[in-house]
Amino acid sequence: MLKTFRIGGIHPKEQKISAGKAIQTIALPGQVIIPLSQHIGAPCQPVVKKGDTVKVGTLIGKAVGFVSANIHSSVSGTVLKIDKALDASGYKRDAVYIKVEGDEWEASIDRSPALIKECILTPGEILQKIAAAGIVGMGGATFPTQVKLTPPPGAKPEILIINGVECEPWLTSDHQLMMEKVDEILVGVTIVMKALNVQKAIIGIENNKQDAIRLFSEKVKGYPLITIQPLKVQYPQGGEKQLIDALTGRQVGSGALPISVGAVVQNVGTLFAIYEAVQKNKPLIERVVTVTGKEVKQPCNVLSRVGIPMNDLIDMAGGMPETTGKVVSGGPMMGKALPDTDIPVTKGTSGILLIPTLEAKRKAMKDCIRCAKCISICPMGLNPTLNLRKSPCAYYSNFHLT
Amino acid sequence: MSVLLTAVATLGAIGAGSAAILYMVGQRFKVEEDPRIQEVQDALPAANCGGCGFPGCASFASACVKAESMENLLCPVGGQNTMDKVAAILGRKAPVAAKKIAVIRCNGTCESRPRLNLYDGASSCTIASALYGGDTGCSFGCLGLGDCVDSCTFDAIHINPLTMLPEVVEDKCTACGACVKACPKDIIELRKQGPKSRRIYVSCVNKDKGGVAKKACDVACIGCSKCQQVCPFEAITIENNLAFIDDDKCRLCRKCVQVCPTKSILELNFPPRKETPPAPKEEEATVTA
Repeated sequence: MLKTFRIGGIHPKEQKISAGKAIQTIALPGQVIIPLSQHIGAPCQPVVKKGDTVKVGTLIGKAVGFVSANIHSSVSGTVLKIDKALDASGYKRDAVYIKVEGDEWEASIDRSPALIKECILTPGEILQKIAAAGIVGMGGATFPTQVKLTPPPGAKPEILIINGVECEPWLTSDHQLMMEKVDEILVGVTIVMKALNVQKAIIGIENNKQDAIRLFSEKVKGYPLITIQPLKVQYPQGGEKQLIDALTGRQVGSGALPISVGAVVQNVGTLFAIYEAVQKNKPLIERVVTVTGKEVKQPCNVLSRVGIPMNDLIDMAGGMPETTGKVVSGGPMMGKALPDTDIPVTKGTSGILLIPTLEAKRKAMKDCIRCAKCISICPMGLNPTLNLRKSPCAYYSNFHLT
Repeated sequence: MSVLLTAVATLGAIGAGSAAILYMVGQRFKVEEDPRIQEVQDALPAANCGGCGFPGCASFASACVKAESMENLLCPVGGQNTMDKVAAILGRKAPVAAKKIAVIRCNGTCESRPRLNLYDGASSCTIASALYGGDTGCSFGCLGLGDCVDSCTFDAIHINPLTMLPEVVEDKCTACGACVKACPKDIIELRKQGPKSRRIYVSCVNKDKGGVAKKACDVACIGCSKCQQVCPFEAITIENNLAFIDDDKCRLCRKCVQVCPTKSILELNFPPRKETPPAPKEEEATVTA
């Protein structure tokens, strides 16, 4: 019997049509737009000005406050301007426009593919490097990682949980990253274990990724403190509280953080970024993005620099199908519909999903007959029928945009 | 028979005892309420809209009675008449307050502000604005989903289906301010109603730079400051690429309306303009000079 979380959950149609497609690197465009707010928390303060030349990895936005993350240039070239730009939030916010000239990297970044296993840094130094590299949670929530790895006073982390679940339908970016960067991810796990001073790590992988489970089980033999746990396919297993419940049986209370049960959860994409930051001095300037959809010609997994317009990624997948009615950043369940496709890829863009018009539209709402199906699948133990009646949404049917 | 009598007697005794206790408690803990509170409350419109800043008419009435003077106390629904009545009950004099009315500071109709995408979520401005900037290029403008309509107790604001913008029914609006609070984009403002309901205001809240604003909407304020220069009363200020007309200083001369290049300054209830002979004359004068 495979493990899963205790209440609720559904299994939406997987639709992972881009699974197994090797990660391709996208060509650099003529100009990138790098938003200064790519994380939860305070937006960055720009440290470059119009006319400055930057290299790949140059700091362009400095973190302000405790919950914030540095932002680095993802290309080399000249800063055109600092101006408002529409981003995935749906609002115009400050961003740095950079004209791309060549591809010159900062000298401190180690670009060789060699695997560096040993990490001689102290936990404090590791955290400093993670903060300097501007790493955020890459599962989509984009919470600054160094904050998550700094336990509040009095809390003691006991176990590191690695999220290789990717429970969203359609998305395969984490899956493909796990297949191609298994050694780097495992070194990343040891680095975070050292930073947190924990002696146990579990990697949770859903059972629909058999190849990844086999590969990790093979590779993990060299790491006695890390275990692999296959999980039943169940949405939303990638949620922190559900994953902790599934892997350890511990339940995080309402409003509490995972650290209250001694757990710290990190996504596989974040661990790869941590490996690159700590061992190779490479800041977070690129990520894997799944471009997919029912009528997309070539669904693919793309390694994209931050700031490249989503249009370029869609072109790489064979162009936008004419029938497209909705473009979603992220997966179909938790993702967000975009008002435009010129929006730049950011640290939190896990996928771009193109939904045909016929499937994109919301169906007309019917009256609730209290069949209780929603109650049986709610992973948080809520009663959505009561929420419906309590919420002002119930009155909104009298007015509709056509 | 005796059972019946016993029951009646017992219940009667309990009833009489309880009544005596209730009477004693009522006397002992009686709250002396100022009778004027009830009088004031009767004079109020009983809409309980909260426009005065108090939870309802009753608490406004007790606040009026307790207050030293009538400064800062105004029932926007009843207006001057009601406040005069209240003041008469209390033996005071009500300050004269200008009547206000809600104005919609967005004129981005379907023609002037093309829709770039289609919103398919819950029909609520609050929810939509939490998700993104809106279905047009202007992220400041009206979303047209009618949170203001839902909030109005007086049926004084409606969405015009042609423009998809709310319109205020002047006779019904009481300036209670419920729509101002309901609008997540801060578009609705309470302004002085003005003599004969004539008023002038900037019908835009777009803070983008001129070019960006103009691209998103034909009737956006581009912050060109022409109105500021032409205003003889220094009533217009420009901040964040957006003009604002101070209704305390504005004397309704309408000069700003004429110079606005995007027609974002609106004039309401004015008689049609006469043919404008003075303006070309001035021009001629400068040319000949």
